[in-house]
Amino acid sequence: MRVALFITCFNDTLFPNVGIATTQLLERLGLTVDFPEAQTCCGQMHFNTGYQRESIPLVRHFVEVFRDAEIIVAPSASCVGMVRDLYSKAAALSGDAALIEAVDQLTPRVYELSEFLVKRLDVTDVGAYFPHRVTYHPTCHSLRVLHVGDAPLRLLRAVKGIDLVELPDARECCGFGGTFAVKNADTSLAMLSDKMRCVLDTGAEVLCSADTSCLLHIGGGLHRQRAGVTTVHLAEILANTESEAL
Amino acid sequence: MASKALPMFPQAAKTALSNSQLRRNLGKATTTIRAKRAAVVSELPDWEALRSAGSSIKARTMRHLDEYLLQLETAVQHAGGQVHWARDAAEANRIITELVQATGADQVVKVKSLTTDEIHLNKALAAAGIRAIETDLAELIIQLAGETSSHILVPAIHKNRSEIRDLFRHTIARGQDLTDDPQQLAAAARRYLREQFLSAQVAVSGANFAIAETGTICVAESEGNGRMCLTLPRTLITVMGIEKVLPTFQDLAIFLQLLPRSSTGERMNPYTSLWTGVTQGDGPQTFHLVLLDNGRTNVLADDVGRQTLHCIRCSACLNICPVYSRTGGHAYGSVYPGPIGAILTPQLVGVKQAKSLPYASTLCGACYEVCPVKINIPEVLLHLRGKVTRLASPLDPEALAMRELARIFASPKRYEQAQQLARSGQRLFIHGGVIDHLPGMLAGWSTARDLAPIPRQSFRDWWRERQRGDQI
Repeated sequence: MRVALFITCFNDTLFPNVGIATTQLLERLGLTVDFPEAQTCCGQMHFNTGYQRESIPLVRHFVEVFRDAEIIVAPSASCVGMVRDLYSKAAALSGDAALIEAVDQLTPRVYELSEFLVKRLDVTDVGAYFPHRVTYHPTCHSLRVLHVGDAPLRLLRAVKGIDLVELPDARECCGFGGTFAVKNADTSLAMLSDKMRCVLDTGAEVLCSADTSCLLHIGGGLHRQRAGVTTVHLAEILANTESEAL
Repeated sequence: MASKALPMFPQAAKTALSNSQLRRNLGKATTTIRAKRAAVVSELPDWEALRSAGSSIKARTMRHLDEYLLQLETAVQHAGGQVHWARDAAEANRIITELVQATGADQVVKVKSLTTDEIHLNKALAAAGIRAIETDLAELIIQLAGETSSHILVPAIHKNRSEIRDLFRHTIARGQDLTDDPQQLAAAARRYLREQFLSAQVAVSGANFAIAETGTICVAESEGNGRMCLTLPRTLITVMGIEKVLPTFQDLAIFLQLLPRSSTGERMNPYTSLWTGVTQGDGPQTFHLVLLDNGRTNVLADDVGRQTLHCIRCSACLNICPVYSRTGGHAYGSVYPGPIGAILTPQLVGVKQAKSLPYASTLCGACYEVCPVKINIPEVLLHLRGKVTRLASPLDPEALAMRELARIFASPKRYEQAQQLARSGQRLFIHGGVIDHLPGMLAGWSTARDLAPIPRQSFRDWWRERQRGDQI
């Protein structure tokens, strides 16, 4: 099976290791990974901040780049959420019938990594090894836009050596919210401080999630507090094996 | 509604966030009510079907709102009630004031009503020398304190019992020996309110639902104080937003299941009062229904925004909202706080007057998940954000930055150049291996968060390097 990797501009620039881990993981599972190099940004920040018209060229670009891909996989619930939930709205706004049609054709083929593994490939044990105490933060977009359910947790539970501990109030938003973190910095921080308290209460040394955007926010706060908790994307844990530790 | 601009949410929120007593009260109250709601919702196997039914009934009502309202008017008149139409708050207040004046009364008892808060009825009545007495315990507390409500259902959620005891000692329970025991506090309020109920000539209420086919009005409440107001005085004036109408009596069965479970986390609310016009010799002998528009037809005209009118004011979205549960209701600057307020207020008063409200959300989607009538609040928030950005000047720094970023992202070449530029430009901000201070609009980010520098090699650089390696 061939999959096209939708890396997201955020991971491409700030978290290249997540892309590397995703590639290694998918290849280890026997898949052929393509990386269409013309990909840029899905337009989520524009759309969610109210610049919906400005996002249309980015939607168009994405559709062109991935038009021929059979399956598109991204290590980001929020960017996949943009494509699956909001691309049809952006296309409708453009009034371009061809774009509306192209988006309709494309969106069912776009998967977030954990749902691709569990729901499409029907795999939960990917042969990973990660001997650490880990807690998992289910991001809002993975839960309430993509409805990935417990797919990430099923993958994590199958990881050898892992000490997986439950995060209290896990379903509550961490307070990132894209430009919300900047526009409503104080409210964002109030939410962050509660999320960090929950993370610290678990005694975990690693906080895992399916979105590096939320991890940038929570991890940034934990680092500022010298809390001693590392943030790691789900793909990085799943790519880790006993013979080849990242 | 008034065209004055509301205070900006981020600043109002900052003040609220630093109030530790408020944070504690709100956190405790919303956590408790969330758990109660979750428990009673989970025991209904057909909850999702009920939500869908509620949503469809409301959508159908909105499609034919003009017809249902006329049907309601006829039915109410037929049952001996009088119907008045009010375009806006000023007109509604004038109608109600004149109706009260015609009875010769100089005070009215009130059932808890958001709609009368929306039109600032108490202030208008006071200006005409008429005293409005709130009889819902929490509304009474707010009125005595000279404050405004901070929650749709629990208006005094920001106050704890010792604060209430102090308030009562200075107002309705002067000279009484009062502890902060809730039973004692309720008893003090009861002594005061009994006198008001027994002497009142006129009552003013809102409405949870109105049935078009029968002309029946429905008020759901917990304390029984509403029931007192609805049955004891001779004249009853009910003010309701035009969106509260339901086509048939049967429809009520759906909403009386959805509302209490979503709002108080109860299977059934203690008091559900239903009345149809007037009944000779029983209850109020004069009944007036004031139908209020006040911006609602503008909401109805908006394809995406229209679903906002489905709201049954249960407040489940407030209780679940991670923003509301920390800032409280006052930060929203309106009688409608929380997620529903963030979409309703800008549509009622105009987006220009409430520009910051559509941004008072992380788009986490928790509100949509709990809404008993499936209002897609995140969708409406985005729709309203789109309207806000259209209002901005073309030279607005954010708009300029967004347009430039869109131009960069639309081209792979420009995107890669920008990556390189950011990588070299960040050197100015790296101290001891991290970025701990960002300039301008981004400064809010770095006040409490470190940022790791952008890695030297992007993913695409790694990919290309590997491709080259593969080829060798």
